[in-house]
Amino acid sequence: MSPVIELAEVTKSYPGGVHALRSVDLSVEPGELIAIVGPSGSGKSTMLNVIGTLDRPTTGTVRIDGHDVARLSDRQLSALRASRIGFVFQSFHLAPGRDAVANVADGLLYAGLPKRERERRARAALVRVGLGDRLGHRPHQLSGGERQRVAVARAVAGDPTVLLADEPTGNLDTASGQGVMDLLRELNAAGTTVLVITHDHDIAGTLPRQVPMRDGQVV
Amino acid sequence: MALLRPARLRPSDLLRLGGYGLRSRPLRAVLSALGIAIGIAAMVAVVGISSSSQADLDRKLAALGTNMLRVSPGHTMMGDDATLPDDALSMIKRVGPVIAATATGSVTDTSVYRSDRIPEQETGGLSVLAAQLDLLDTVGATMADGTWLNAATAEYPAVVLGSGAARRLGDVPTVYIDGRWYSVIGVLDSVPLAPELDTAVLIGWDAARSYLGFDGHFTTVYTRAVESQIEAVKAVLGRTANPQSPEEVDVSRPSDVLIAKRTANASFTALLLGLGGVALLVGGIGVANTMVISVLERRSEIGLRRSLGATRGQIRTQFVSEALLLSLLGGAGGVLGGFAVTAVYAGTQDWPAVVPPWAIAGGLGATLAIGAVAGLYPAIRAARLAPTEALAAA
Ligand SMILES: Nc1ncnc2c1ncn2[C@@H]1O[C@H](COP(=O)(O)OP(=O)(O)OP(=O)(O)O)[C@@H](O)[C@H]1O
Ligand SMILES: [Mg+2]
Repeated sequence: MSPVIELAEVTKSYPGGVHALRSVDLSVEPGELIAIVGPSGSGKSTMLNVIGTLDRPTTGTVRIDGHDVARLSDRQLSALRASRIGFVFQSFHLAPGRDAVANVADGLLYAGLPKRERERRARAALVRVGLGDRLGHRPHQLSGGERQRVAVARAVAGDPTVLLADEPTGNLDTASGQGVMDLLRELNAAGTTVLVITHDHDIAGTLPRQVPMRDGQVV
Repeated sequence: MALLRPARLRPSDLLRLGGYGLRSRPLRAVLSALGIAIGIAAMVAVVGISSSSQADLDRKLAALGTNMLRVSPGHTMMGDDATLPDDALSMIKRVGPVIAATATGSVTDTSVYRSDRIPEQETGGLSVLAAQLDLLDTVGATMADGTWLNAATAEYPAVVLGSGAARRLGDVPTVYIDGRWYSVIGVLDSVPLAPELDTAVLIGWDAARSYLGFDGHFTTVYTRAVESQIEAVKAVLGRTANPQSPEEVDVSRPSDVLIAKRTANASFTALLLGLGGVALLVGGIGVANTMVISVLERRSEIGLRRSLGATRGQIRTQFVSEALLLSLLGGAGGVLGGFAVTAVYAGTQDWPAVVPPWAIAGGLGATLAIGAVAGLYPAIRAARLAPTEALAAA
């Protein structure tokens, strides 16, 4: 089986001589569940953004689901994100004033589905993350853990190949964080490749594979 | 390997996306749409009011008819006042397409007073005109009060006042002309096609001769002719009225004067339209300003949408459609406002309220153009944001 994510000698430098990534090599097989760990400023978020095609590397090759990212236009990268990649962020990025279904359905807007179908899948995704009884709730009516579950539902509603989560439990208490991690494990068990950045060693320790980072390198 | 192509956003989704941004900040949307609304309302009202006045004139002309011609003596080659020959009226009546013809004669050197106690110098600027009995029908005049002259009263010292004359003399039962009392038997409405009658005191032809020393000369002949032949009739009237010196005869079509007055108002309308345009420009700047702020505030939303797979083009379209919707909101409100202003103003003037469809279409079209221009720059800025940078703004 060919890897779903492949980084080869990837570097990312910012003006002013900041080297966020220094020659990173990483290969992820379909169906893996990976914890990315490391001290603050070690380049975890930068690597996840490069994998998620939100950022292009300065040098090196990035292959996602077989596509060489360097060869793709911005439009093609957008299409790649819409169809293959789901993101979960530390701050949930939910639209205030819109209910859970609307927030999740919005995530399917760029997959080209009609509204009815978007909402149907949104409801299914919310049921899947255990929020079947919170469909009409707006973000301010939800707990932090529930909000992050809505964000996870939005990320997986389009059935992505890869789910990228940047400190999804960073804003949550231990119990809620545990719930979100359990959810990611379930999604992984159903076939999605999952990469999670976490500062929590207990959480990281329970995941099958860990990618430790330091000074912009995988060590 | 499957081809990577971004999905197209449906028009209904675009509309929803644009509306979503506005609904999250309703007050701001309304305030910035207000500028556009005022500009469009001003322009629609200006066009509406001038169209309504035009419609009123058209309606009046339709009632009055545009087939009346007015024949009067002009000047001789020497510059003296000319006169019409005594058979001018009968000659004119003989022209084929002429339907009716009547005349008035100016009774010179007379002054009208409301009483014998007013000093002789204080004439009211009113003229005394000898009138034929069919004057009323030919010029399309109507009575405001009392009755018109008839065969009997035309021989007695009785007068009918023009509307302006009645206003100047007041509500009097008699008037005093050259040492004699005349009873006022009627008052005319104002006569748009023959405004000279408004300031006249009209007296029967025979009475003018017997009491006021009227010489019996025609000073104005009013004729009605078949509408389709009106230009041809107009061309021959001078020769018909005075075959010896047709150049001493003035022939005019009073309805043309009314139409000319209307075009004189056009420059004023243009000025007001210009002012409306300035208001619209200011409104457009307001929309642009709102959109710039909206883009700044919603950077993290933009980043999220990019991470969900929105292309730069889709982000751009989202903000442009938001701007379009915003200005269209203002435009629609402005059209309604302009309509209301027109209706109220036309109501006070007793005009039919008319807003031409092109003004509505033009107003909304201008609105869309402004929205597109105002929204484009902020939208381009939104689309240029790097996704990671936009996400970090949260
Ligand atoms: N846009 C940028 N411009 C300049 N330097 C940047 C930029 N983004 C990140 N960096 C730098 O790159 C390095 C790696 O940053 P990154 O966000 O990947 O760290 P991280 O491992 O995610 O840290 P944390 O655990 O605190 O989130 C840092 O030193 C950071 O200052
Ligand atoms: Mg980070």
